[in-house]
Amino acid sequence: MSVQVFKIPNSLKKDAKYTFCPGCDHGVAVRLVAEVLEEMGLTENAILAASIGCSVTLYDFLNVDALEAPHGRALAEATGIKRARPDKFVFTYQGDGDFASIGLAESMHAALRGEKLSAICINNTTYGMTGGQLGPTTIMGQITTTSPTGRNKEYYGYPIKIAEHIALCDGTAYSARVSLDSVANIKKAKQAIKKAFEVQVKGLGFGFVEILSTCPTNWRMTPEQAHERVKNEMMPVFKPGVYKDITVNNQ
Amino acid sequence: MNRIVIDENKCKACYLCIKECPKGLIKVSERTNNLGNKVVEFCDPDKQCLGCAMCATRCPDLAITEVYRG
Amino acid sequence: MVECLTGKKILIKGNYAIANAAVLAGCQCYFGYPITPQSEIGEFMSGKMQELGRSYVSAESELAAINMTIGACATGAKAMSSSSSCAIALMQEALSYAASDELPVVLVSVMRGGPGLGNIYSSQGDYFQTTKGGGNGDYKLIALAPSTVQECVDLTYKAFYLAHKYKNPTVLLADGLLGQMMAPVEFKPYPYPEIDNSEWALTGAKGRNSRIIRSYAPLADEQCVFLEKLFNKYKQIEENETEWEEIGTEDADIVLVSFGSTFRNIKTAAKICRQKGLKVGVFRPITLYPFPHKRLNELADRVKKIISVEVNMGQMINDIKLSVDGKVPVELIHKPVGAPPAPEDIAAQVEELA
Repeated sequence: MSVQVFKIPNSLKKDAKYTFCPGCDHGVAVRLVAEVLEEMGLTENAILAASIGCSVTLYDFLNVDALEAPHGRALAEATGIKRARPDKFVFTYQGDGDFASIGLAESMHAALRGEKLSAICINNTTYGMTGGQLGPTTIMGQITTTSPTGRNKEYYGYPIKIAEHIALCDGTAYSARVSLDSVANIKKAKQAIKKAFEVQVKGLGFGFVEILSTCPTNWRMTPEQAHERVKNEMMPVFKPGVYKDITVNNQ
Repeated sequence: MNRIVIDENKCKACYLCIKECPKGLIKVSERTNNLGNKVVEFCDPDKQCLGCAMCATRCPDLAITEVYRG
Repeated sequence: MVECLTGKKILIKGNYAIANAAVLAGCQCYFGYPITPQSEIGEFMSGKMQELGRSYVSAESELAAINMTIGACATGAKAMSSSSSCAIALMQEALSYAASDELPVVLVSVMRGGPGLGNIYSSQGDYFQTTKGGGNGDYKLIALAPSTVQECVDLTYKAFYLAHKYKNPTVLLADGLLGQMMAPVEFKPYPYPEIDNSEWALTGAKGRNSRIIRSYAPLADEQCVFLEKLFNKYKQIEENETEWEEIGTEDADIVLVSFGSTFRNIKTAAKICRQKGLKVGVFRPITLYPFPHKRLNELADRVKKIISVEVNMGQMINDIKLSVDGKVPVELIHKPVGAPPAPEDIAAQVEELA
C-alpha cells in the first residue's frame, strides 16, 4: 500500500508556478506557509496583507483573500482587517526591508498593541527586487550595490536583529528566528510558523517568525553557496532561536 | 515502491535536490523544459529511494510535487 | 449622543457632530492620530466605539491610520480616519492606493494653516491637496465641503454613502472654523441605503475563488484597461453626484463663489452689495470633486464677472477659470489664513472690482 508523504498543499493555487529566481528560498517559505494554513484548516478563513518587494507575488500563489499594502504598511492594513473582522485569520508575509526598514513603525506598534496577527518576515540581508541594495539587515562587511566596499559602522551603521526586537514588545506572544539553510532547519521553520499562527488563533497576541533566506541572484552565488553563506555568515549574526513564547511557562 | 514525481516544467535548474538526496538518485537530465532549463530526473533502477522527501522539502519551486512510500 | 435621534436640535461642536454622524452612519472602525484642530473626533470615537463594541485604534502615525482604514474597508466594513492638513499630507500615498484599489475609505480633513507645520488657525489651503491629489498617478477623490455644522452631519452621512456606492475614497473637507464652532444641529437617522459589497469584500475564500485587492498591474496594457475603467467610473460620478447651491444668480451681474465656511460670509456680503445697488449672487460648490464646471459655465453666459472668495492664496479660482473657459473675467478676493474675510470687507472689494 503506497502512502503519499509529500504533496503540494491545496492552499497553493493549482499549477502555481513561482516567479522567484532559481534557488530562491522564498519558494520554500511560501510553501511552508501554505502547508501550515492547510494543516490548521485556516485557508478559507484567512486574509493576507501582502507587502512590497519579492514577497509581493505571494498572492499569485496562495489560495487566500489578499490585500496589497503599500511598502511597509502591511501590518497597519492587517490591523485594519483584523479590527473589522476579528473572526478572520489575518497574516502578513514581508521582506526585511518592508518589515524592518520602511515599515518598522507599523511592525513594532502592531506587536506593541498585541494585535492578534501573525507576521512572517524573510531576512535575506538585501533589497532583492530592486537589485541587491543595502538593507536594514545587511550584515557588517557585506558588499551590495549601495555598499560597494562593504557595510561599515561609520558609513552605514548596524543591521537590525528583528526577532529580538519584536520579542521585547509586551504584546508579542511568540517571536522566533529560523533558517532555511538545511532540510532539518526547514522543518523547524515550519514548526515556528505553526506556533506564530496558533497564538493568533488562540487570541494570545502577536505571532512573529523571522526566516533567514537566500538571494542567490543578488549575492552572486549558486543556490548551494547561498545556503553555505546563511550557515556561516548569517546564522552567527542572526542566531536562530525562540526569543519569546508566552505559551511556555518557564519563559 | 518508494518514489518521487517531478514536474519538469517547474524545474529552474537550481539543482539543490541533487545534493539533498541521501542515495544520489537525482541527476541532471539531457532534457530542456519550456523555461530553457536542463531539468533534473529521478533514476532509481535499484529501488533505493527512501521516500524521505528531503528533495521535495528542499525544492524551492514546487517541482517535486509528490513523494510516495511503499 | 446616539440617543439624539429625536429630531430635536442640540448645540454641538463641529468635530463632535462629524464624529457622532459617523457613528450613526454605521462606521464600524475608526483609526486616527491626534492633530489640532480635529482631535475631538478621535477623542469622541475612542469612547463611543468602545461603548458600542466597535473598533477604535490609536494609530502610531497618520500613515498607519489611513492604512488601517484601507484594511478595514477591504473587508467591506464602514471605516474612517480623520486628520488635518500637514498630516493629511502624510496620507497621500495611501489615498492613491485606496483610489486604485477602489476602496470605500472615508477621510475627514479639517483644514488648518499651511504650508509645512503652518499654524492651527482655520484655512482653506488644502483645496488643491484634496481635489488635485498629492498621491501618484491618475485618480480622483470624491470631496464634499460642508459650510455649516448641520452640513457636517449631512455630508458625513453622504460621504459614507458615496464612498461605498462608488467604491471610491471620499473626503469630507471641513476647516478649523467648522470643526471648532458650536451650532444647533439635528441628527436624523442615516438616510441612505446600505450598499451590497458581497461581490468584492475580503472575507476569506470559502466556497469561492480567492480575491486579490491590489493596484499592481505588471503589464502596461493591464494598467491602460484599468485606468479607462476607473475614469468611466469618475464620469458616472460627475454625471450623477455634482452638487452645488446658488442664491440670487438669476439676475446677477456678479457672482461670488466660495466653498465651506466662507460661504456664509459671501451670502452676507451679497446682501450688502444688493443694498448698494449691485446685482450680486452667490454660488457654492458642495462637491469639490466632482466640481460644478457645467453650471458655472452656464452662468458665465449671462453674468459679467465671477469672483472667487477663498481663505488661501487662490486655489479654487483655477477650477472656476476652467469652468468659465474665458467667457468672463474671474477675480479673487482672499485672505491667506484664519477666519474668512468679513462680509463688509468682501462687499467693499466687490465694489472696487465691479
